[in-house]
Amino acid sequence: MPETVIQTRKLTKEYVREDYHVFALKEADIEIGRGEFVALMGPSGSGKSTLLHCIAAMDRPTSGEILVLGQDLSSLNERDIAHWRNVHIGFIFQSFNLIPVLSALENVELPLNLTALKKQERREHARNALELVGLGDRLHNLPRQLSGGQEQRVAIARAIVTDPDLILADEPTGNLDAASAQEVLNMLSRLNKEFGKTIVMVTHDPHAARFASKIRYLEKGELLPDGRTPADWNLPAAEATSG
Amino acid sequence: MRIPFSYNIRNLVVRKTTTIMTALGIALTVAVLLSVLALVNGLQTSLRSSGDPKRILVMRKGATAELTSGVTRQAFQDLKFKPGIARDSAGQPLASLEIVTVINLPSVDSEAGMNVTTRGLLQPGIEIRNLKLAEGRWFESGRRELVVGKGIAARYPDARLGGTLKFGKGEWTVVGVVDAGTGPINSEILGDLNQVAGDLNRMEGLSAMWLVAEDEITAKSLINSINDDVKLTAQAKSEVEYLEAQTSSAAPIQFIGIFVSLIMAVGSSFAAMNTMYAAVSRRAREVGTLRVLGFSKGSILTSFFLESLVLALVGGVLGCLLALPLNGLTTGVGNNLTFSEIAFNFRVGPDTMATGIVFALVMGALGGLFPARSAARKEILTALREI
Repeated sequence: MPETVIQTRKLTKEYVREDYHVFALKEADIEIGRGEFVALMGPSGSGKSTLLHCIAAMDRPTSGEILVLGQDLSSLNERDIAHWRNVHIGFIFQSFNLIPVLSALENVELPLNLTALKKQERREHARNALELVGLGDRLHNLPRQLSGGQEQRVAIARAIVTDPDLILADEPTGNLDAASAQEVLNMLSRLNKEFGKTIVMVTHDPHAARFASKIRYLEKGELLPDGRTPADWNLPAAEATSG
Repeated sequence: MRIPFSYNIRNLVVRKTTTIMTALGIALTVAVLLSVLALVNGLQTSLRSSGDPKRILVMRKGATAELTSGVTRQAFQDLKFKPGIARDSAGQPLASLEIVTVINLPSVDSEAGMNVTTRGLLQPGIEIRNLKLAEGRWFESGRRELVVGKGIAARYPDARLGGTLKFGKGEWTVVGVVDAGTGPINSEILGDLNQVAGDLNRMEGLSAMWLVAEDEITAKSLINSINDDVKLTAQAKSEVEYLEAQTSSAAPIQFIGIFVSLIMAVGSSFAAMNTMYAAVSRRAREVGTLRVLGFSKGSILTSFFLESLVLALVGGVLGCLLALPLNGLTTGVGNNLTFSEIAFNFRVGPDTMATGIVFALVMGALGGLFPARSAARKEILTALREI
């Protein structure tokens, strides 16, 4: 087992609504090692996004422990969490979430504004990241001047520009056509294989999940044991779990 | 480091209609405030800048203005040989006995007419005030001739050079226009003391005495000497002190103007607040994204707050531009001490404009603070889920 990057123990997220309780995540235990590419799958409401949000410290669990990169996230205050996220996490959204009034280059440069880099260095890093995702010729385009696939590649460049330890992707191909989805998945795979990035990806798409080295399933807030799929899911991914 | 400033600027440009409308609201408020300040500033400049600490006004004890004062020729004879009074090249004391009244003249603003201060003075009265003719010539003794201040010539059609005015016992001809800078003489009509007093049947019932001291220190001792002179029963004060008291005539305008501006400012602040709340709401997902990228709540608050300040700054600059054409424009206000009109120029100076900009920024700050706080307080996931 490589060095553990993510470790959760009995991680629980419970929503309380007037007269009923909902477990978005129930006592989830998971360990993800450095350099792994893990796909989290499961039906809607199964808790996969909740788990991802807890890993990114965007949401706080109701109970249980979560260590990410050895850091107990519950011990950090809001400001430290923001800084921690900037340094260690690259996040890719389903709907890209680029800032519409900023160019591709400026969007990618955004997280670097929180570093000690000088403007020229920030520009250089952002340009390199965009070239890495094949958008070196679209530096000054606004998001609306790009295709969906290109937008997501800009989002990937933004996620990797700070050279984070962990890349988290929430349905990164959910809003893309098949060709663009393929490009994005190839890119994530390359980031994992060539650059050794640890990636956790939430997806509904079995095809997308095949790019991961490991698939973990969630059902009704519970993380199923390694290698098991939900009973009523017709998933071809059992073999991928050993990858 | 904060969120790039270009993010805020471009957002303002993208929603330009909202930006312009909000900025215009702020601009109008600033313009109203600046108009009032320019008016008050102009009046105060007019009254204060012309004051000379060496010039002394002597009135009846208890009088607050020349119009309500009364002095006799005998008192003038007793006064003009007091030590410390400056003398002209001929060795005569620079002291002038004067009569002050108001006459009603139709103005460009009011056909019903406005009260204008009319002053009869002795020849030294001209030298005392260092008056210079802009047009025509000085009035002659024993003739119904008048010289008018530049402000009067501009605002009263009948009082232009060559015009005739009817008061007292006959018609008076305007033979000259005097340029007294920003001083109150610009709002007065001048004539020969004896001719004016005779026409008004007030040969003995004169108003006040003006004199010039040799220097400022002498002026103070001269004032004390006059005030302590039991025989004179008069009070003396420096021109600076006298004009300072007259600036109170601007107080009601200043109060109403500032009151109206404040009411408008409340409206404009709410408009800015509404605009910023809409911006926060529309950009909730961007807020969530920025938080995920590592920007703190403080950065978000600062960013939206700055955006509101920029919006207000645009409004402030527009407001200054709207008010700028008023600069130098001649107007007049009633003086509650002299019961006459003082003509002066609006003055939109750098200090006035700076006040307008600061006022706009305060509106922006008030309007932006709560929306910015609301943006900063958004939970990341809630913000990301908003459309």
